[in-house]
Amino acid sequence: MSSVKVKTKINGDVVEYVCDAEETLLDVLRNRLGLTGAKEGCSTGDCGACSITLDGRLTCSCLVLGAEADGHEIGTIEGMAKGEELHPLQQKFLDHAALQCGICTPGFLIAAKALLDKNPNPTETEVRFGLAGNLCRCTGYDKIVRAVLDTAQDMRKTKRRA
Amino acid sequence: MVKVVVWGSLKPHTGGRAELQVDAANVRELIDKLGREYPGLKPQLDRGVSFAIDGVMFRDGWLQPLKPDSEVFVLPRMTGG
Amino acid sequence: MPLDNAPDKRKFDVVGTRPLRPDGIDKVTGRAKFGADAVAPGMLVGRVLRSPHAHAKIRKIDTSKAEKLAGVKAVITRDDLPDHTKGDAGLRDIWINIMARDKALYEGHAVAAVAAVDAATARKALKLIKVDYEVLPHVTDVDEAMKPGAPVLHSHIFTDGVEPKPKKPSNVVRRYEFGHGDVEAGFKQADLIVERTFKTEATHQGYIEPHACLANVGPDGQGELWVCTQGHFMVRDTCARLLGMDISKLRVTASEIGGGFGGKTTVFIEPVALALSRKANRPVKVVMTREEVFKASGPTSSTSIDIKVGVKKDGRITAAEGTFRYQGGAFPGSPAEFGAMTSFACYDLENVKTVAYDVVTNRPKQAAYRAPGAPMAAFAVESVMEEIANKLGMAPIDFRIKNAAREGTKSSYGPTFGPIGLLATLQEAKKHPHFTAPLGKNQGRGMACGFWFNFGGQTCVTLNVTVDGTVTLSVGTPDIGGSRASMCLMAAEELGIPYDKVRAIVADTSSLGYNDVTDGSRVTFSTGMATIHAARAAIKKLCARAAQIWGIPEDAVTWEKGYAKPAGPNAGDFPPLSLADIAAQAGATGGPIAGHHEYSADGAGVSFATHIVDSEVDPETGFTRIVRYTVLQDAGKAVHPAYVEGQFQGGAAQGIGWALNEEYIYGKDGRLQNAGFLDYRIPVCSDLPMIDTVILEIPNPGHPYGVRGVGETSIVPPLAAIANSVSAAAGVRLTSLPMSPPRILAALEAQAKGK
Repeated sequence: MSSVKVKTKINGDVVEYVCDAEETLLDVLRNRLGLTGAKEGCSTGDCGACSITLDGRLTCSCLVLGAEADGHEIGTIEGMAKGEELHPLQQKFLDHAALQCGICTPGFLIAAKALLDKNPNPTETEVRFGLAGNLCRCTGYDKIVRAVLDTAQDMRKTKRRA
Repeated sequence: MVKVVVWGSLKPHTGGRAELQVDAANVRELIDKLGREYPGLKPQLDRGVSFAIDGVMFRDGWLQPLKPDSEVFVLPRMTGG
Repeated sequence: MPLDNAPDKRKFDVVGTRPLRPDGIDKVTGRAKFGADAVAPGMLVGRVLRSPHAHAKIRKIDTSKAEKLAGVKAVITRDDLPDHTKGDAGLRDIWINIMARDKALYEGHAVAAVAAVDAATARKALKLIKVDYEVLPHVTDVDEAMKPGAPVLHSHIFTDGVEPKPKKPSNVVRRYEFGHGDVEAGFKQADLIVERTFKTEATHQGYIEPHACLANVGPDGQGELWVCTQGHFMVRDTCARLLGMDISKLRVTASEIGGGFGGKTTVFIEPVALALSRKANRPVKVVMTREEVFKASGPTSSTSIDIKVGVKKDGRITAAEGTFRYQGGAFPGSPAEFGAMTSFACYDLENVKTVAYDVVTNRPKQAAYRAPGAPMAAFAVESVMEEIANKLGMAPIDFRIKNAAREGTKSSYGPTFGPIGLLATLQEAKKHPHFTAPLGKNQGRGMACGFWFNFGGQTCVTLNVTVDGTVTLSVGTPDIGGSRASMCLMAAEELGIPYDKVRAIVADTSSLGYNDVTDGSRVTFSTGMATIHAARAAIKKLCARAAQIWGIPEDAVTWEKGYAKPAGPNAGDFPPLSLADIAAQAGATGGPIAGHHEYSADGAGVSFATHIVDSEVDPETGFTRIVRYTVLQDAGKAVHPAYVEGQFQGGAAQGIGWALNEEYIYGKDGRLQNAGFLDYRIPVCSDLPMIDTVILEIPNPGHPYGVRGVGETSIVPPLAAIANSVSAAAGVRLTSLPMSPPRILAALEAQAKGK
């Protein structure tokens, strides 16, 4: 089995690792780097529980090889909060009880942030389609959508004030 | 004497009757007596049953007391998800 | 005892509010540790070899090549799991399910397992195991399995509950019958009779987290297991028994759980992981792939149901009859009897008869999915009720109100109902704006009612007061819906301290007495009740300490909103002592202060729900869009309303998937064709509208605050409500689930042809 040396940036930090050629980025994050926030729900790119950003783009880490991260920037759930300060999305998810078991939550937060980064003023429909790549079995998505819309509204207000 | 009702498909083991009269002061005694008076019921009792006593459901309640005018239903053991 | 638990009419201070949950920060930052997130030094990766055949004799298993592969530390087969079941039929079925004995009984049935230094080696090792199968004929459909010529799975099964006793083994395990009155006479009185047959396909709970565990058994026979489960005490006892270990030698810790819904109330890979660890003498992590979850965990039954209902012109039901055929996979235990028992529970009937058949087929062993057996039965019954109402020219809701079960009704499964909330949900539904909202083109409205028993079970809670007056709460029921927040609310309410001064954890199996599984919608009810009693026990001790400190008799002290106070002016003029004040002196006044409660909870209240749904069917494609959805359900008392709403919404969403898209698709070869989330299509965010909820509170006399379980009932009405809505929108009644686009189109075409 061939090994690959990788140098990448994860949540702003330079990270170097060695992985097998066939390992997915999800495997690397979870098993080699201790970043277990991304979850394996299906390993076929259908559930979004492994969502990360690759150069700012929403991606399923189970569909990316660990080797492919070389020279790129990865964003995971562990990098969303700034120290003790939660990202507004994280706080709103808590406020709206937008999680029950919480396994899909890291993926949804990454996806929601990617959505709001691109579209700070989404309609409910745009939120629903923007999050359609993430499966949740517990909530029926109602409170998740409310949390994202509420966050978008708050963040627009803060931006206007700033 | 407590009125005990078993579900329909158990009737072959109780001489065709769904309603029985059993002398028992608590559920444990009831299970013992039912098993002895109607041996055909024993396999189901061993497999597990629930009891509804005067409308309240009990899954494990051997020491639950029974009043003389109590109405007891023997039901399949409840499971949930 | 029910009398002690008469619900307080008091105004609650914290119960009923919506504070943030204690595990929230961990879950939004990725810190929370789920089943697959644990690691141990020297950990091996375990993988399971599974039968590719739906039914086959296992003649020989040759593991020699696999054992020789570098990096493989243990290989196990049926030989490594001898029979410790001691005549317990249920345990024996689990024992065979986790590792096949003489036959593979379904595609995906475990046949062997390996533990190796990494996943790639483990996968290679599986390929090196040679299994000699003799393929047998198989059967996967419930009606086919009941036919005389069907391939028989178990030669020891002779149908129970039928007379005369059968002489030949069959796939029909048991017949149940419930009901009262005389349905023959009842049908003779009817002005209108509707008779229909329904079929539903198997579905999966679809939890996003696959089964995962980390097992560590040492040479001294002591073991540790980290596992995502709805019941770690059940896991401990089952695994210890299967492995021939003393129960107390195995310590099981429940991880955070990424969804269960009933599918994690039993064991699949856990005994295998422990057996691998024992043989390798190293920790072994076993995680199911999504494909394994679909093929080898516990989906629901598939069913075939006949319903016959007779009514008078005025809408009063004169007789109701149902036959429920459920297949539960390769082992006995489908919830056919619960389907039969719950099917007509929403109705006040003089004459009712329900018969259920538990059938085995070559499919994975079924497991509970919220209210096991009830959704399919409700789909069938509520479809017929709606059809009858339409034929009578009566509004479906009025038809249901006219025949609704109420306090004093003799239920269709036997016992007489106490105070129940069905009429309240129906009357609220009638008043709800959804009910009279206008409908657009190709849209239809449907409604349905649902029922579930809920129950109690063995429960232990320990509450400890720390020296700074904050409180730790140890519960034994895994938190699958936000229950830790509710426990903290109830403890805070009793003690009269702020919510954030209580921290709840789910303790491991060595720290508490036995706790039954988190199922039956029982946790807020039973663990909540135990928490309340543990808090009251602690309060008694706190008062006793205050009495000592003041030098007055114990019964002269009362507890009020977090303070010990003299009970009256005669008791003495002492300023109140707060919980923190007393706690600070605990060490010097007799030691640590705690309260605990161990019991078997009973007196759980039944719960009823009414769902209203609007859907839109595209007549060209058969595609269905859910336009509007409202859940009205009785919760008794909503301790944390946001989590009660979450249960209502989650159950409704699962019901929508079950009704419209989800199904197990088997090929002629008995193999599952759609074992992944692409082709087993669960609802995504863009499929659903907001789901409105109305929480009714008709207190349950069996709980101090009136709590009723809520988690399961919400999945019972959706299948029927959506069937009724789609039928109204499409103009044709569908009698098989799911109502996927091809099926709707076929029904429309058949109707157009004048069938």
